[in-house]
Amino acid sequence: MAESRFPSPFEIEGPEGVEGWEDLYPYSVPFGDGRKDYEDNRFWFWDSMHWGQALTPWDSTFMEMAIASLSQMNSRHYRIPPADGVDFRVLYGYPYLSPVGVDPDKIEARIPQFMERAGHYFMNWDSLYEGWLGKIRTTIEEVESLNFSPLPEMEDMAIITEGVALGSGYQLQRDYHRFKDLILQTWQYHFEFLNLGYAAYLDFFGFCKEAFPSIPDLAIAKMVAGVEVDLFRPNEELKVIAQKAVDEGLARAFDDPENVEGTRSALTGSAAQAHWDEVSEPWFNFTSGNGFYHFDKIWKEHPQIPYAFIRDYITKIEEGVDISRPIEAIRAERDRVISEYRDLLDTDEDREAFDGKLGLAGVVFPYVENHNFYIEHWTMSVIWRKLKELGATCAKEGLLPDAGDIVYLRRDEVDELLWDYYSNWAVNAPTAAAHHWGPIIERRKEIHAKLSDWNPPKALGEPPEVITEPFTIMLWGITSDSVSTWLGSDDESGDLEGMAASPGVAEGKARLVFNPEDVADLEDGEIMVAPITAPSWAPAFPKIRACVTDIGGMMSHAAIVCREYGVPAVTGTGFATSKITTGQLIRVDGSAGTVTIVEE
Amino acid sequence: MCEACPVIDWAEMMPTVRSFTARRVEAVSDDLIVWYDRYDRSQKDLVGGKNASLGEMMVAELPVPPGFALTVDAYHQIWTEELVGQVNELLRTIDHDDMVANIATSKKIREVIEAVEVPEMVVEALGVAYGALCEHCGVEDVPVAVRSSATAEDLPDASFAGQQDTFLWIRGIDDIVTKVRECWSSLFTDRAIAYRYQMGYLHEAISMSVGIQKMVDPKASGVAFTLNPTNGDKSQVAIDASWGLGEAVVSGEVTPDNYLVDKVIHEIVHRNVSTKTVEYCLTDEGIVAKQAVEPDRQTVACMTDDELKAVAILARRAEKHYGAPQDVEWAIDQHLPDGENVVMLQSRPETVWSQKPKVSKSKGGGDYMSSIVSTLVAPLHTRKAN
Repeated sequence: MAESRFPSPFEIEGPEGVEGWEDLYPYSVPFGDGRKDYEDNRFWFWDSMHWGQALTPWDSTFMEMAIASLSQMNSRHYRIPPADGVDFRVLYGYPYLSPVGVDPDKIEARIPQFMERAGHYFMNWDSLYEGWLGKIRTTIEEVESLNFSPLPEMEDMAIITEGVALGSGYQLQRDYHRFKDLILQTWQYHFEFLNLGYAAYLDFFGFCKEAFPSIPDLAIAKMVAGVEVDLFRPNEELKVIAQKAVDEGLARAFDDPENVEGTRSALTGSAAQAHWDEVSEPWFNFTSGNGFYHFDKIWKEHPQIPYAFIRDYITKIEEGVDISRPIEAIRAERDRVISEYRDLLDTDEDREAFDGKLGLAGVVFPYVENHNFYIEHWTMSVIWRKLKELGATCAKEGLLPDAGDIVYLRRDEVDELLWDYYSNWAVNAPTAAAHHWGPIIERRKEIHAKLSDWNPPKALGEPPEVITEPFTIMLWGITSDSVSTWLGSDDESGDLEGMAASPGVAEGKARLVFNPEDVADLEDGEIMVAPITAPSWAPAFPKIRACVTDIGGMMSHAAIVCREYGVPAVTGTGFATSKITTGQLIRVDGSAGTVTIVEE
Repeated sequence: MCEACPVIDWAEMMPTVRSFTARRVEAVSDDLIVWYDRYDRSQKDLVGGKNASLGEMMVAELPVPPGFALTVDAYHQIWTEELVGQVNELLRTIDHDDMVANIATSKKIREVIEAVEVPEMVVEALGVAYGALCEHCGVEDVPVAVRSSATAEDLPDASFAGQQDTFLWIRGIDDIVTKVRECWSSLFTDRAIAYRYQMGYLHEAISMSVGIQKMVDPKASGVAFTLNPTNGDKSQVAIDASWGLGEAVVSGEVTPDNYLVDKVIHEIVHRNVSTKTVEYCLTDEGIVAKQAVEPDRQTVACMTDDELKAVAILARRAEKHYGAPQDVEWAIDQHLPDGENVVMLQSRPETVWSQKPKVSKSKGGGDYMSSIVSTLVAPLHTRKAN
């Protein structure tokens, strides 16, 4: 039976034994009595696309900062006429989002503001993007320069002779404060261009749909897709290393990728190793997840992951498969698609508009495609490394039982911890940290484990009559249709509908993939079914026959990469991971956007 | 006698008939037969509209089944003084207000024409060409379609003026000759006579060529429009397809499977597989018959994705060739290998959407900011809901 609304966030019964879970997050983040009426009358959806797993206290930082930054650009910077921010809450560890629309009476007044502000960005896009790349590098350098090492027994003489006065304890706290600011800075930069880029793309998209009402979304995406994209670079470098290893007879060095030391020593002095050393900074600052979780594995720190991909590429090379990316052919195909649609337009005026809009989309799209490498992979890798460094210092100094425990503290609690550390270092007296935090961390681990096993509802509250918020549609692929599908999901037919994200039809055995570890279990010819696919799973794509995700629009990172690798994909199905089980025979129609369970 | 009714002008016909008697057989073969793959546009009036369009397609490398045209010169040769006299006598009895009587008169005229002895050189030319076709196809007595293809210099719509008959699954030279005569006589159906009368065309202004073309033995067939007929979207090819020969689709006896294929990236944008209960196909007795489709095949798609793409590519090629949206008849021959099995039977200009004035979709010209604003304020899918 189809319902007309989703359950209230206040009716949801969470897992047993998680009393006090709210303390894992800042007080403003869980649903609560203070805003009950407001919260109860809104539509909330679980952003499983970015946060498919329960958040630890510190990991909540990225969620809060990302969504606040997205909101700020819409509401306060560019004055997107119909869209303010996206509200966010955590329910039993999982983030729920709720787009905030602008009062229809006030949209008109924002239009000139938007045109002036966004117009400036569109007109100066290339130079601003150039500047952005510089800002990101500066941010990364600054994060890397932060000093989280243990406090010294005695300050350096220079502190005295130069009259610095401010000591290491002060600097440690200052650097941690700066660390938090730099993370917020990173997220502000992340959204500096993103929504404007999507808006320009949407405009071209809308024009194509007007001119060719039945044109597949995929065709439009193909016209704007970049050919040489930084996001694909890490994977391309793995192919280069694989080829070099084969050429110098070192193919067998990768036979056991888990044996990192053995592999590395077999490669000593080789061209393959030289290439690795040359490109690993920055390109192997590549996460196997989406960059939002402390447990995401970064290639540089976990070479067994890229080693396994290199091994797979070596196998392909040895089978005589050409693994190179045919740049010229891809470019020629894109040009053909563009020129054919252009020719099919009715008037010269339309061709002029097409050229203009495609031109703008072409200007903005490198950002849309590449920001993912610069922020989610590179900057996030550096930030996580820095946090782990701080965790290690805390463990070493006896403040926390274990280096990894730092993620069970909220970001503001780390301030308190460092005050305890600093002040007692200054006094030269014992800290209270271990006694205070030890049991709290113990309890929080228990709670978090239970939250992790819980299966959160897709959506909460009152759905709007029609979803008009452009970014909800574009980024999350949530439309009025998908909401009504979710509401009608009691239907037990087992068939799923989603976005036709990458063309083709395939049948095969399903394998549920929730995290990078599961990726390794994928066997040749299986169909990957995931809450969302991370772009860094790209090297797994030659293996799989098709891909299905719960959430994601046609411009989600997953959709872009699936198309690039020519794997049929249906995204935004809502329930694939709960309806499909590993081993079922399923049929994926990436052209029609349907998934059918063929055989239990 | 009907004063208004034009009769065949014997004097007009004579030079053709006379010139024929002097020709040698080899020369006759050259002049009476035009192979589709060697067709050029200067021969249009010799082969009629239907054959010309098949020849055009062949020249444009659109895969029509192989075949040839028997030119109007062959038709002209039957008009002996005696035949002209007989036909004229019957034409004079026509009263255009008496449709019932005219059906009988038309029938008599056709019988007279069909009884005429086909000149030996025409039979021989047909025999040589058909033999070559059989050899080309590697099939003895290859089944062919025999089609009338009217031609009329200076008349814009020869096909209507002449009407059209098509005979399918004809095997062997004797049957072909019989059907050729029937094509010739089809110029004198009651409808054709009445049409010419209404339009004020002379009977002799219309001549008849005949097309002889290898019969496709289709697994499935249908029509393709090089635009989406529901919204005029020119980036799409709309395909209707059903089992067997195209008759079932054209006559509307089945609800065909319906597909929409993108012209550029060849994605199958929409598919609607319907229940197809009947099909036309060749029976063991060698005749075309309507048959029930067995239950387990009724609800199965009659086309593979690759075949749909091939049809879309062909339709697009036809559209490019003719420079206007087309309505294409196609078939998938079950005896040809995958990749070569899609053939085109006919291509005509699409007439509904093509005649609508072209309207620009772009608003506000190059002002992309206003356009972006309206995109954001009224997202596409909310507009689509209207």
